[in-house]
Amino acid sequence: MAKLVTASQFADPDAAYVALVEARRGLDEQAAAALDARLALILANHIGDIEVLKEAIAVAKAAT
Amino acid sequence: MSAMFERKSVYRYDYRRSPDQAARAIVRRPVVVVGAGPVGLAAAIDLGLRGVPVVLIDDADRIGEGSRGICWSKRTLEICDRFGVGESLVAQGVTWKIGKLYRGSDLVFSFDLLPEDGHKMPAFINLQQFYLEKALVERANELDLVDLRWKNRLIAVEQHNDHVLLTIDTPDGPYSLEADWLIAADGARSSTRDLLGLSFSGVTFEDKFLIADIRMAADLPTERRFWFDPPFHSGQSALMHRQPDNVWRIDLQLGPDADVAEEQKPERVTARLKRMLGERPFELEWISVYRFNCRRLDRFIHGRVVFVGDAAHQVSPFGARGANSGIQDAENLVWKLALVIKGEASEALIGSYETERIQAADENIRHSTRSTDFIAPHSAAERALRNAVLALAPTAEFARRMINSGRLSVATVYDSPLSTADESPFAGSARLGAPLPDCPIRNADGSAGYLLENLGDDFTLLTFKNGAPPPSAPEGVSRFSVGIDIDDPDGAAARRLDATPGAVYLLRPDHHLCARWRSYDRGKVAAARDRALGKS
Repeated sequence: MAKLVTASQFADPDAAYVALVEARRGLDEQAAAALDARLALILANHIGDIEVLKEAIAVAKAAT
Repeated sequence: MSAMFERKSVYRYDYRRSPDQAARAIVRRPVVVVGAGPVGLAAAIDLGLRGVPVVLIDDADRIGEGSRGICWSKRTLEICDRFGVGESLVAQGVTWKIGKLYRGSDLVFSFDLLPEDGHKMPAFINLQQFYLEKALVERANELDLVDLRWKNRLIAVEQHNDHVLLTIDTPDGPYSLEADWLIAADGARSSTRDLLGLSFSGVTFEDKFLIADIRMAADLPTERRFWFDPPFHSGQSALMHRQPDNVWRIDLQLGPDADVAEEQKPERVTARLKRMLGERPFELEWISVYRFNCRRLDRFIHGRVVFVGDAAHQVSPFGARGANSGIQDAENLVWKLALVIKGEASEALIGSYETERIQAADENIRHSTRSTDFIAPHSAAERALRNAVLALAPTAEFARRMINSGRLSVATVYDSPLSTADESPFAGSARLGAPLPDCPIRNADGSAGYLLENLGDDFTLLTFKNGAPPPSAPEGVSRFSVGIDIDDPDGAAARRLDATPGAVYLLRPDHHLCARWRSYDRGKVAAARDRALGKS
């Protein structure tokens, strides 16, 4: 676990949260889950590093 | 929403008949302020201190029980200090700076407001609104220029080109009064707004919240504690915050389907609070159930009527941005109005009140809307995202930064036509268009003090010594020199203002920084003052 950055990187974290929440405004849970899946693929490709991706998956799975 | 819990009066004031009521011709006053809450009182006191006679009317004859506003921000306290009541408010209030956020019963994040040290006023105090109002009423009553009239209810407003004609009802019947300017500080349910037929634009949140003040002897820390989905209030949020007199503010989210009348029944509230507080005994002081609005008037100035505070804009309470921003509205408006009334500035200056305070209102509404979106998600899909942030918070710092239980009020930095752009870069915590940061200083008599309490109420040129004799400021500007009038023993003033020897700073009458230079140029200072008076 070394490459994944979990420290806050947004200058305005609230603005990032709002962008994500507004993207799902009006969607039901199924539509929001589908949106999240597409977002995960797009962002994973943007990162383009399989090690970072695997670390991110591990962090996400560990959090409940 | 009406409280079933009848609000008891804490302080009563007498109606007194004014000679204006029996005058043969309608009396004309320079300024009438409607609403003697914190914002209207602040406006009236500031006008009085700036030499403008003012009539302040209120439809009640008392200050009501129930805290309503409890968190007073540094900037509000600095304004109150200029009025002469800041120190006593701080002494009476509870100073706090730590906030804790819980998910279930687990602490996931704590914040320290970490105020810059060496400021006279703390980042926040908690104090019941009626105590602040009482202090301001007493201050207003000391000022000959403030004419405070209880049981005077505005029932009609008629706009004219250069004045407003008011009809005011009293226990002795109605009377008419003319005002060159009317300041509407009559709150969220502003009758002035209704009389002018104006409406808000913005959002109303569906979720309802129970707000309770309870009296409880508890040796709990002085912290703002906020829970998401706590065991004692499953699926909802809760907030607990200390006030003086062993009084605690508790907010409980009730969801969109809550029955407002049912939820205000004391036995029901008591049962909810017992789940939270266990066997600790407590008494209910005040309860109410609210829905929050984030909205504002499109314009704050309508002819000769100027809206301030909740009459102009409303936010949810989670950032302490309501009453604090209202008092800052009053401060922003009053120095401008005073200069216009005295003929030292044109009416154009009043327009900058709207420019600057709509920026502030939009900033407050933005923060307040974001907080409310986080606390009360609109749908299951939005709740899933919010819960993901909370779930990641213990392991990922970025998620902790996204937890939003209210972003607390700080003064707005105005992007203002009244400011003169910097010619050269300045670092430090002082910002163009923002209130000057306070600094610890040494007074000429050797005593310790603070910078802000030394500044006058007019334009001030703050200069830093460079060996040469201090510059003589242009007309309408008083000079105040660090190194001559006061000392900067710790270098805090120089650091915060990024001052080099000979640097000069032009401060507006509200102590906002409007221009600065590395060296003095009389013509530039005069031009910057003209700009800050709305002349260019």
